[in-house]
Formats: sequence, C-alpha cells, structure tokens
Amino acid sequence: MCQECGCGLSKGDVKIGAHTHLHDHDHGHDHSHNPGHHHEHHAHAHGPQTITLNRSLMEKNALLAERNRGSFKARKLLVLNVVSSPGSGKTTFIRETAARLGKKLRVGVIVGDLATDNDAARLRTAGVPVIQITTGTVCHLDADMVSKAAAQLELDKLDVLVIENVGNLVCPADYDLGEDLRVVLLSTTEGEDKPLKYPPMFHSANVAVVTKSDLASAAGFNREQALDNLRRVSHHAEVFELSAKTGEGMQAWLDYLTRQKQLL
Amino acid sequence: MHEVAIMTEALRMAEEAAKAGGAKRILRLRLRLGSLSGVVEDSMRFAFDVVSHDTIASSATLEIEQVPAVCWCATCQSEFECADVFNECPRCHNPSGELRRGREMEIADVEFE
Repeated sequence: MCQECGCGLSKGDVKIGAHTHLHDHDHGHDHSHNPGHHHEHHAHAHGPQTITLNRSLMEKNALLAERNRGSFKARKLLVLNVVSSPGSGKTTFIRETAARLGKKLRVGVIVGDLATDNDAARLRTAGVPVIQITTGTVCHLDADMVSKAAAQLELDKLDVLVIENVGNLVCPADYDLGEDLRVVLLSTTEGEDKPLKYPPMFHSANVAVVTKSDLASAAGFNREQALDNLRRVSHHAEVFELSAKTGEGMQAWLDYLTRQKQLL
Repeated sequence: MHEVAIMTEALRMAEEAAKAGGAKRILRLRLRLGSLSGVVEDSMRFAFDVVSHDTIASSATLEIEQVPAVCWCATCQSEFECADVFNECPRCHNPSGELRRGREMEIADVEFE
C-alpha cells in the first residue's frame, strides 16, 4: 500500500522525484488513467530521479510462504521443514518418522536435491507418497517450488507434510516455506560446534535434533558441549537426541509430533 | 550461492519501479544488508554483474549499506552491537537473544533517468 496517502498503489509507482500524486484516492470508482505511467509526460524534464522503495528482497517468497501456510492450515496439515548439512541423516530420519507414525498419522514428503532422485527412492521404501524437486544449481527450496510440489500430493489425505530441504546450513535459513516447524538436524559425527558456525540456521529452528546417537562414542562426540552450543544459539528450540537407525529416542520425537498435530 | 537469486529479485524490483517512472536506464541502486543476513557483499556484487548484463541496469552503480547487528538488553533497557544472534550485554553481562537489527535484506532506493 502507498505509505504517502494510503491508496492501493505501491509506493514505488507513485513517488517520482519530489512530485507525488495530490489527488484524492478515496473515491470508489475505477481510475481512468494507469497510475504506472500518468507521470511519464514530464519524466524527461527532471534528469536523474530517485524512487524510494525500502522493500524486503524476500517479499515475494514471504507472500508465497504465507499463501502456502494458509493452504496447509485450512487442511490442518502439520508441516515440517527439515534442514541440515549434507549427510546428517535427513532422509533416514524422515523415513523412520513416517514409517513409525504409521497409520496413526499419514505422512507425505517433498524432497529437494540438486540432482538425482535417490532420496525419493529411499523414502518410497517406507510406503509414503513422495514428490522430488530437483533444483539443478539452486542451493535451497523456496516457497514457490514447495507450492508446485504440494499440488502434486493429495494433501487432503495427509496429516503431516515433511519437506526435506537441500543439504545446506546457509541458504535455506532465509527461505520461509510456509512450515509450522523448522527442524534442524545435527549429527554426532559432524562436530559439536555446528550451531556456533551456522547461527542463523540454528537460531531460526523450532526444533533441534541430534541424530546418529548410536555413533556418538565412536565419533568422540562431546554431548554436553553440543547441547550447550545448541542451548546458546537455539535457546528457544525443543531438543531431541535420537538414532533413527536403532530407534533409540524416536518415541519422544513421535510423541512431540503427535501433540503438535493435535494442537493445530 | 543464493545471492544470485536474491540479486535477481533486487534487480526485478528496481526495474519495475524505474520503468514505471519512465526510466531509460538505471544509474544506481542501493541495498541494505544486515551483518547477520547470511548474504555476502562480495557475492552480491559478483551476482549483480552477472544478472544486470543486457538490462537497463547494466551500467548502474551498486551501493550496499551494511547494517551492524544490534541486540536489546532488557535489564539495561539499551541496545548493544553484537556479532552473533545470541550475545551478552557488555554492561550487565546478562544474555540477550533479542536481535533488533542485522537481518536486513532490502532494496532502499533506485536512481534512474
């Protein structure tokens, strides 16, 4: 909306140089002129002009994300955006989550990767509907990609939609997809200081999951240090420690998801 | 890597506004980037050279205003500059996670003729 007078035009369209529109916009009928070009006739006389925008570069994604959120909310669908570095165990974690939730909650998955549909194939083994997004060179999923992929799933038949983001702890942090919960994974094999190295991602997460707990001692994982780092950066996040492979700690996570679904 | 996508969007917004004002070419566009935005200035400049090629902004100057991250201390009722999303207040040493500035990714204005 125009911040000058509250009319329906975006600010950038109307403020040209020092000349802003002075006519009344309160009338209910249509304009006979196109507001985008009604100042053009004198544009050449002014020389360089500056238009103040003060707009977020993430505006388009934010709007599409909110549209996704509305569409998911209307269906009472619990939506997770699962992010981590490559190899933290996102696919195994999601497959086991879907398999163990079983018939209690029906899970669908959208999975993003630069190339191949290997992850989608692994997820299908759990019998869950999967849509693969191959991003090519793009390092993150955005709200538009998710909207198009979600249209290919029968959302009305699902309770939980899990979005497996591209393995990357930097870029996906900036892209809201319309999820209810952002879930960040930290595996015991990748070091305790990941939350300190990638604070925007860990800070933006609602849930932090320490994965591959079965490998903790072999990897020399310092659990106290990792939890301390998580508490420092993701201080508002729910923290779970589990192994999707052995099933250790999975029940607490599944109970949490079930509660979150009931709260919708 | 997502700097290319973000720069493409910045240029789209600048072109849209400038063309609506009857622009023949864009002289300058000014962005505002927070120190914790996750976007790197050098990568943005590189991306700009690539995405502005063959557009009305091909000879434009890209200005980037860096916004330092600032946290709020509820105890001292004052702001302090911080290097991270979670910092200690330098006065009372209480922790603060309330980031007031530093995540900006904005287009401030566009100059054209």
